[in-house]
Amino acid sequence: MKLTLKVWRQDNTQDKGRFETHQVVANEHMSFLEMMDVLNESLIAEKKVPVAFEHDCREGICGTCNMVINGRPHGPQKGTTVCQLHMRAFKDGDTIVIEPWRATAFPVIKDLVVDRSAFDRIIEAGGYISVNTGQAQDANAIPIEKDLSSQAFDAATCIGCGACVAACPNGSAMLFTSAKVAHLGLLPQGKVESSKRVQSMVSQMDEEGFGLCSNTGACEAECPKEISIVNIAMLNREYMSSVLGSKVTV
Amino acid sequence: MSWLTKFLTSSIGRKLIMSLTGLFLVLFLIVHLAGNLQLLINDQGATFNAYAYTMTHNPLIKFIAYGNYFFILLHAVQGILLAIKNRQAKGSKYAVSTNKTASWASKNMALLGILIFAFLCIHMGDFWFKMKFTDIPMVAVEGLDYKVANLYSKVEASFAQWWIVLIYLIGLLALAYHLQHGFQSAFQTLGLNHKKYTPLIHSLGRIFSIVLPLGYAIIPILYLGNSMGWWTWFG
Ligand code: HEM
Ligand code: SF4
Ligand code: FES
Repeated sequence: MKLTLKVWRQDNTQDKGRFETHQVVANEHMSFLEMMDVLNESLIAEKKVPVAFEHDCREGICGTCNMVINGRPHGPQKGTTVCQLHMRAFKDGDTIVIEPWRATAFPVIKDLVVDRSAFDRIIEAGGYISVNTGQAQDANAIPIEKDLSSQAFDAATCIGCGACVAACPNGSAMLFTSAKVAHLGLLPQGKVESSKRVQSMVSQMDEEGFGLCSNTGACEAECPKEISIVNIAMLNREYMSSVLGSKVTV
Repeated sequence: MSWLTKFLTSSIGRKLIMSLTGLFLVLFLIVHLAGNLQLLINDQGATFNAYAYTMTHNPLIKFIAYGNYFFILLHAVQGILLAIKNRQAKGSKYAVSTNKTASWASKNMALLGILIFAFLCIHMGDFWFKMKFTDIPMVAVEGLDYKVANLYSKVEASFAQWWIVLIYLIGLLALAYHLQHGFQSAFQTLGLNHKKYTPLIHSLGRIFSIVLPLGYAIIPILYLGNSMGWWTWFG
């Protein structure tokens, strides 16, 4: 299949950036990233600079393969990352527009690569459990209601890719932060620190310059792990009850 | 920064203010509509004028009214500030537009709010300002031993002008879309999202977003038609 790619090129954060048009011959069994590899090999053969894009696991778990494809974070397929997207989702002769995540808190480093370290700092602010783990406990030592463990597990599937921020018209990081707060706060091991955690993480999220949540629902529609905005309601609830109902101040 | 200032200026705190003031305004809209529907009673405005007199002279209602003005201003100012902050947080735009999944209303709450606000200014200037600061002729109402301002005749005169009615309809359309997203959004902001209740809240929001603006719209439309001779609502 013959494709026309309009790819965002930007040399560094300060550069204004521009679209570059390239022709690529791919086949429909390739993943989107493999198609990008084909493009880059031809650019290298022509002694041109290849398109910078992030990737690592290529199996939908690391959250690095981030691009906005034809206006949709992670492309047209629901509930998948770019590395899980295959060229059979496109037709011969298609023009594909590829852009980086856009949000002030995610500045472009080069081409399609953005700096998502703001997410790391949100995690550092409280997205952990501070106990010495020692040996793994017996799985049945702490009884957990099935509903709760499922809810926590669903939230835990967040891979930190940032598609929620990319999709949000406000560049808000509420879905990501809520997934982490829910994942840890729903389980007994994480509940202990939940009052402090939620305040620290929200405070860091605000400091990073993410936008506010207007409840548009754009994030959950584009999240490759289909994290629900029910988690955002839970984050709001936890935050308010922590600020108003606990002795914790952050 | 004290914990309270930090809370009220945090992203979630600021949205909490939007949500609570917004829901208060919804309550106000219901009460205001119930009062205004008395304009449809065919008694030369006697009921409505007496009601308007009570509303402007009862100290408790005056107190609530000032609270209401304050909440509208707070909601409007905070809403505009949030919209500016959110625009900055997004930064540059995509070449191909995203979020076809989010409703138009949810992405244009500030625009809709500004339209509502513009309408409110015209509305207040036309009725409230004139009621307070100009001499509206007084009339006697059967059963009252004092005279009341004839706000009814002012309403009648305003709604005989098609362009005023048009401004009202535009304001109400903006309100319809604002509520379509806003009502359910306010509950999500409060952290109330529940498998059992959220569908009910969504339905209630849809009903409010249609019934409230429609209820308000009936009044100027009936008055305009009456004065144009399209129909005779008032004998
Ligand atoms: C009687 C009139 C109004 C009513 C009943 C109303 C109601 C609401 C409600 C219930 C919300 C949802 C709050 C939330 O998401 O938590 C909302 C949001 C909003 N309102 Fe209003 N509102 C009114 C007038 C206005 C005005 C005059 C403005 C601005 C000039 C305005 C601007 C906004 C904005 C920008 C939001 C979205 C905030 C966000 O989610 O980012 N509203 N409104
Ligand atoms: S919530 Fe979804 S979209 Fe957001 S970072 Fe996590 S996996 Fe990515
Ligand atoms: S490369 Fe790891 S999720 Fe796509």
